[in-house]
Amino acid sequence: MNSVVCIAQVPDTEARIKIAADGRHIDEAGLKFIVSPYDEFALEEAIRLKDAKGGDVTVVGFGPDRVQQALRECLARGATKALHIKGESGDTDSLGIAKVLAAAIKTIPHDVVFLGKQGVGTDNSLVGPMVAEILGYPQVNVVTHFEIGEGKATAHREIEGAEEIIEVTLPAVITAQKGLNEPRYASLKGIMAAKKIAIDSKSIADLGLSDGEILNQRVKVVTLELPPEKKAGRKIEGGDAAAAAKEIIKFIREEAKAL
Amino acid sequence: MAGVLVFAEVVNGKLKKASREALSIGRKLAQAAGGDLTAVASDRSVAEEAGRYGAKKLFVADAGAYATELYASVLQQAIEQAKPSIVLFGGTSNGRDLAPRIAARVNAGVASDVDRLEWANGKLRARRPVYSGKVLATVEVETTPAIATTRPNAFPPEESGGGAAEVVEIAKPQIDAKARLVETKAPEAGEMSIAEADIIVSGGRGLKEAANFSLIRDLAHAIGGAVGASRATVDAGWIDHQHQVGQTGRVVSPNLYIAAGISGAIQHLAGMSSSKHIVAINKDPEAPIFRVADLGVVGDLFQIVPALTEEVKKAKTH
Repeated sequence: MNSVVCIAQVPDTEARIKIAADGRHIDEAGLKFIVSPYDEFALEEAIRLKDAKGGDVTVVGFGPDRVQQALRECLARGATKALHIKGESGDTDSLGIAKVLAAAIKTIPHDVVFLGKQGVGTDNSLVGPMVAEILGYPQVNVVTHFEIGEGKATAHREIEGAEEIIEVTLPAVITAQKGLNEPRYASLKGIMAAKKIAIDSKSIADLGLSDGEILNQRVKVVTLELPPEKKAGRKIEGGDAAAAAKEIIKFIREEAKAL
Repeated sequence: MAGVLVFAEVVNGKLKKASREALSIGRKLAQAAGGDLTAVASDRSVAEEAGRYGAKKLFVADAGAYATELYASVLQQAIEQAKPSIVLFGGTSNGRDLAPRIAARVNAGVASDVDRLEWANGKLRARRPVYSGKVLATVEVETTPAIATTRPNAFPPEESGGGAAEVVEIAKPQIDAKARLVETKAPEAGEMSIAEADIIVSGGRGLKEAANFSLIRDLAHAIGGAVGASRATVDAGWIDHQHQVGQTGRVVSPNLYIAAGISGAIQHLAGMSSSKHIVAINKDPEAPIFRVADLGVVGDLFQIVPALTEEVKKAKTH
């Protein structure tokens, strides 16, 4: 049972984001990058599958050189192989990224493709289903439970306030939601073992794709701006609970018009 | 190529709120871009309702319950017939599942989770919060069709008073779907999703323990809202992650957001500060949540929240 896990490297969720001088990118100077949190659930599920059934877990990342750190971290947690597709992922859109990942996946033996349900930060939630479409695979999106069977799998998909149980033929694309599992940390042994694994590296051209097809964006960022600082409103201190509750009711009724 | 096509979702014979919102902004975009507003749905019973929101035509295929491959095929046929400049989806689970699938099929760009849309210089221009609202991105979609998914609650539903949409049948796709719905597990009674809620009552670590979420639930039920939660409480296992508001949960923008015992980590603020009216209750006067609150109450949530629940019940019965 072989899995491919596609990962995105994103700014730390605790980071303050600054906008670069061109007004269209974020300023990466001094920014700490992490494996996108949802991708950690994707990776963990693949590692568990490997532990139960054997096979390889190949992590694939598209982006500049810094992506190698993220791939290394995934190896330390238990991935067995890594492929870095070099390129300016920041200059493409989700479909461009999906085309690169799909082409890369085709070069790797696999039964299941795992991704996070979204890359934290740009928050498009697009790449997983796009990869599935390009590969002609079924998809189950926003998955909170996954069980492998013979040539098929069962996945629980989170929808508004409910859950769908979906049976899917393999190979399939699964996008991970928080709650799918509890991702492990890298062990010291894992970190040492990961150092011995060479990260394979390919260019967009190596995958038979042209820069024009990938970097020619279908969705162009015109501007990035910081939201206006929200002004703090009124603050009530002291007084008893009953008075505070009455004040809140007044606000809900008169300003929010919600009662 | 002209006009706007909206993927309209039907629940119990009615349009989902997110679909009504998408139709409402879709009608304005169709006016600006030229061409008609059309919709595609799995149920002809919404022809009249879709018409009231401005749809001239409703493509209908009897495709049954939502399945990505079947619905993608129906939508593809609707796109081929309507040849729209823009395709819109309400930002629901199914809308977000289908939009990227069809985009890859027709090689189109998608602006997801947008809270503003306009037709400018012959292109779809969208604003979307990124980094959980820490940054606002304005993007242009360069392809025809241009695709967008709309953020719930960002576009007010507005009827236009049109007559019933003309129903155009689409043949049911003859596809052997590789992903099949086996069962839907219904939500627990009274549980409302935070995704589309107009009112959210959220609890944080200030609740001290899981059992005290009952205070939040009681208030939410009384006021008719959904139960939200901070990441800390979800990570502690006090409540299911479906309730989590913030960067690794849901980004929400309800009309009213009540935060009790939430200090306001940057993650959480990013996920809720676009709410239209914010009330915060916290015992620490320095809590960051007060920086975004329209009404901040410094005090003990264990006293104030039950008192508020009683007041809400009183207000509702009057």
